[in-house]
Amino acid sequence: MAKHVVVIGAGPAGLETSAKLSKMGLRVTLVEKEETSGGHLKNWHTLFPGNMPGLKALESIKEGLDENVKIQTNTQVTALEAVNDYFTVSGHNGWQEKADAVVLATGFKLFDARRKEEYGYGIYENVITSSDLETLLAKGNLFSNHKNPARIGFVHCVGSRDEKVNNLHCSKLCCITAVKQAVEVKQLFPETEVFCFYMDLRMFGRHYEELYKEAQEKYNIQFIRGRLSESTEDKEGNIIVKVEDTLLGKPLRIKTDFLVLMTGMEPAAGTKSLTAMLGLKDVSDKFIRPLDEVLQPNFTDMPGVFVAGTCSGPKSVSETLADARSAALAVEAFLKE
Amino acid sequence: MERKSINFGYAIVQDRQIDFDANKHEICRAVAVAEPTLNLCISCGTCAATCSAGLFTDFSLRKVILLLKRGETEGLLKEVSKCMLCGKCQLVCPRNVSTRNLVIQISKALINGKP
Repeated sequence: MAKHVVVIGAGPAGLETSAKLSKMGLRVTLVEKEETSGGHLKNWHTLFPGNMPGLKALESIKEGLDENVKIQTNTQVTALEAVNDYFTVSGHNGWQEKADAVVLATGFKLFDARRKEEYGYGIYENVITSSDLETLLAKGNLFSNHKNPARIGFVHCVGSRDEKVNNLHCSKLCCITAVKQAVEVKQLFPETEVFCFYMDLRMFGRHYEELYKEAQEKYNIQFIRGRLSESTEDKEGNIIVKVEDTLLGKPLRIKTDFLVLMTGMEPAAGTKSLTAMLGLKDVSDKFIRPLDEVLQPNFTDMPGVFVAGTCSGPKSVSETLADARSAALAVEAFLKE
Repeated sequence: MERKSINFGYAIVQDRQIDFDANKHEICRAVAVAEPTLNLCISCGTCAATCSAGLFTDFSLRKVILLLKRGETEGLLKEVSKCMLCGKCQLVCPRNVSTRNLVIQISKALINGKP
């Protein structure tokens, strides 16, 4: 009988790992705490840099699933135990499976922007997050109560590179997401002035720099180097932004109709609880530390337990999928031994 | 009898803050139309690092562009007139900004923008 792998978390990483393991002839049970699979991707309107719809990407990933993959939804994993040469995985609802290997694909959660109270999220109506913006774009009613916003601001690094919220790490995707969203806003509202407030612009990926240049050249999006100190609301409901224009060495005050906070990535609750449950190593950012970040990015220090996707650090969808395939190969190699 | 006020040495200090909403942005818009590569500047400072005029004066094209973009145009004409139009900055700009023409267009817009 084919060996059995339990994959925890049915976001892009879990789905892709399961699909690949199944192709290798293994039996897979994919456990998901929510009602449906897809993770954050199902709520994301479009992906950079080519603007592929999130749902379309998700559909393609799911096409890889077959009858060897059993999906167990509405199940929160509460126990994972190594017993002799197998694992026992149990859920809150009494669900239990034996597994020859386990893949953690428990992913990330978005930073709760209310923790940066001075930015006004949850206090001022016109301060929203990058995730809220994706939802509004998907629904097609962006700024529906505001026919033509005069000015929109994007704030980079919200919850990232900020030790005041205990996050030293860079979430790395917010820079390019801000550029993508700024362009999308300009396409919908060409008359709107768009500003990005940043500390550094980390355009590390292929085509990112080109998209950044296009944002400047074609859409006249303004980039102001300076981290938001605080935002306030005037009596018309506009958001007043105060930053230091660090390239001019002067404080700057500017009125915006809407302020979009680019929230960063933190390990999901499931990632944290499984890390603790298994006694796995984590690093200062609380994401799981693989056995070797360069050579064995999918092995953990517990033989038979693997990681895929963003539970081991921020990744784009394409990086997540590549990591998931790599995890499937690692599992196959382990089970052959 | 003439009353003289005593000078205690206090004065109202001008706010250093850039008030983006109070500033006028027509000059920047006019320059962007005349020389669209203005928008490509990433404030890297290569222009200022190579600038011959910058060796002897405090002229910095990087700073001039930023002041223009923020609408801080007071005194900018004097600033931009320090440029000798040698064009070295154009040779080094990584974003291919047409810096020489940009300087000319900034001067023109500032002169035309005067009442």
